[in-house]
Amino acid sequence: MSEQPEARITTYREAVREAIREALMKDERVFLMGEDVGHYGGCYAVSKGLLAEFGPERIRDTPLSESAFVGAGIGAALGGMRPIVEVMTVNFSLLALDQILNNAATLLHMSGGQFNVPLVIRMATGAGKQLAAQHAHSLEGWYAHIPGIRVLSPATIEDARGMLWSALLNPDPVIIFENNTLYNLEGELPADAGAVDIDRARVLRHGEALTIITYSASLHKSLEAAERLALEGIEAEVIDLRTLRPLDDATYLASIAKTHRALIVDEGWRSGSISAEISARIMEQAFYDLDLPVSRLCSAEVPIPYAKHLEDAAIPQVDSIMAEARRMVRHG
Amino acid sequence: MPETTLASHAIHRLEILGEDGDVDKALMPELSDERIVRMYEMMVLARSFDERAVTLQREGRLGTYPPILGQEAAQVGSASALLPCDWVVPSFREMGVHITLGYPIHRLFQYWGGDERGQRGPESLNILPICVAVGTQIPHGVGIAMAARYRRDPAVVCTYFGDGATSKGDFHEGLNMAGVFKLPAVFICQNNQWAISVPLKQQTAAATIAQKGVAYGIDGIQVDGNDIFAVYRATSDALAKARSGGGPTLIECLTYRIADHTTADDAGRYRTPDEVATWRRKDPLLRLERFMAGRGLWDDDVGRRVREEAVAEIDRAVLAMESAPQPEAEEMFTNTGATLSRRQIRQMEVI
Ligand SMILES: Cc1ncc(C[n+]2csc(CCOP(=O)(O)OP(=O)(O)O)c2C)c(N)n1
Ligand SMILES: [Mg+2]
Repeated sequence: MSEQPEARITTYREAVREAIREALMKDERVFLMGEDVGHYGGCYAVSKGLLAEFGPERIRDTPLSESAFVGAGIGAALGGMRPIVEVMTVNFSLLALDQILNNAATLLHMSGGQFNVPLVIRMATGAGKQLAAQHAHSLEGWYAHIPGIRVLSPATIEDARGMLWSALLNPDPVIIFENNTLYNLEGELPADAGAVDIDRARVLRHGEALTIITYSASLHKSLEAAERLALEGIEAEVIDLRTLRPLDDATYLASIAKTHRALIVDEGWRSGSISAEISARIMEQAFYDLDLPVSRLCSAEVPIPYAKHLEDAAIPQVDSIMAEARRMVRHG
Repeated sequence: MPETTLASHAIHRLEILGEDGDVDKALMPELSDERIVRMYEMMVLARSFDERAVTLQREGRLGTYPPILGQEAAQVGSASALLPCDWVVPSFREMGVHITLGYPIHRLFQYWGGDERGQRGPESLNILPICVAVGTQIPHGVGIAMAARYRRDPAVVCTYFGDGATSKGDFHEGLNMAGVFKLPAVFICQNNQWAISVPLKQQTAAATIAQKGVAYGIDGIQVDGNDIFAVYRATSDALAKARSGGGPTLIECLTYRIADHTTADDAGRYRTPDEVATWRRKDPLLRLERFMAGRGLWDDDVGRRVREEAVAEIDRAVLAMESAPQPEAEEMFTNTGATLSRRQIRQMEVI
């Protein structure tokens, strides 16, 4: 019998750092660059200590130039490296959108199949820290619109630890979204934790009453809501999408075939969101499995407010998830 | 407290070959007659390609095409200075560079005919696909230079762009970063004085593009872009400096876009025939021919023969392009990624 390696308590932040460390050790082509990733240790302290360990060539502080360092990441990937580019938050990635969409995602096509772009871009996303309207949006769904890139949304410590290496093995550009409210999340991680698949969604809680489809920080709210609903006799199945592009339809469709009710919880704005896409797919592929229309809980369509109570009100919360789940179960 | 001067910067312009065909011997780079003839042949080939591309477009056999007429010296001169290990990061108006490096001409036609497979370069060349999103290739050149440095690879990266691109954030960000990291990079601006209908004066209030390097702590130099020897020399010097760890250089090749912006444009709507005529007289090819004639390397017969050989090569390339099978509709999916999603596979099957 093989011995179970010991699990240890760690944080999401440490898990991401461990993943970067491991990648730097395993593959000398890997390097990290971005604003304040070196001496400062990253604006969310993810890369703290890495500069001392790996030196300034592999933990590289760049000028304040999102377009240039994302573009340089593309160039370095083309030049044989495996860059990890950190963009402080998704909000600033808009400065580099031209590089991401018009270049990273199209170069394979533009080069007639000659150049893959094995680039990994990490960025923080999400509201909940009172960072106001220019630092708090969730634009993962936008990125998931783009063919040619893969979009990952690690919500668990295991995925924070394991998705990076799988992303680096991917020959095409990958964007990893780290919700800023998750960095302090604590949990157990097996000592031998490593790469995880980046293709499939995962059922994190089983139930018969309804399917809650979600990702990122909303996963934890959904799980908490499900535990509390269980006390009322409502057993919700909770699915973590994990990968937003390409979407794993099979996992949530199988669940809906069983529960006949689908609730999507998405911190993005409602119109044109990833939740709209999932809803359309359910309608296309599982219409006759449904007992009632698909329901969506999304962010209010406003710039995310600064004030705490308004910010809380603008994004999905445990209470709103519970209320919607109750309504759906009673209704059908 | 006195006011002091912290720095003053002089911007140099390099000219070697005059319009009359005379050269400044002190500045003339060391080039054998054979290499000079080769450079001439490349210029003629580039021009023949360009003329044919415009014709083919008019006949509906190519898509919209951006002519290089008048810019051949800037392209052939700079590309002639590169080593095989070097990288080229082009914009979309450097077909003279491709041709000088030996990029298969039928592939160039294939691309401008609307088939991305033509952008797949031969393995022996380090050249990125052309980039239409103006200026966005500049950071890629910076990144490839970073990779070369990491890998202790002697390659230098030559990134091309136009005068319009220097107004982009990518130019500023890219050159700044290349300066900070002292990268093995050469930035070549083909300042053809027009960005579609926007003249240089409306692009920048600066007297030169070269001086923009000063702010990034990198050397900037202006060369007569219609003078193949000046372009060659400035590029060789910049490559040697970069290769030995001396950091990046910005080279402004001051030239002129004689033709329309693209075959879909009519430049007559925004500039005078006089201006164009002035620059026609500065034709880089005529100038080189005058020089070669003085050296006994050129006469009408040589000119005719080189021209005929170029046209024959272009004929062969057109045939090769037209005999290449059209891509199947499903091929548009193949290069969206290393693997296709199930949804893409379904979409592909439907198509
Ligand atoms: C980001 C971006 N903006 C606008 C355009 C449309 N456009 C194509 S070429 C061009 C002018 C480019 O001028 P310049 O950089 O001087 O290069 P040239 O065409 O003269 O070679 C413009 C505006 C574009 N392709 N990309
Ligand atoms: Mg121009």
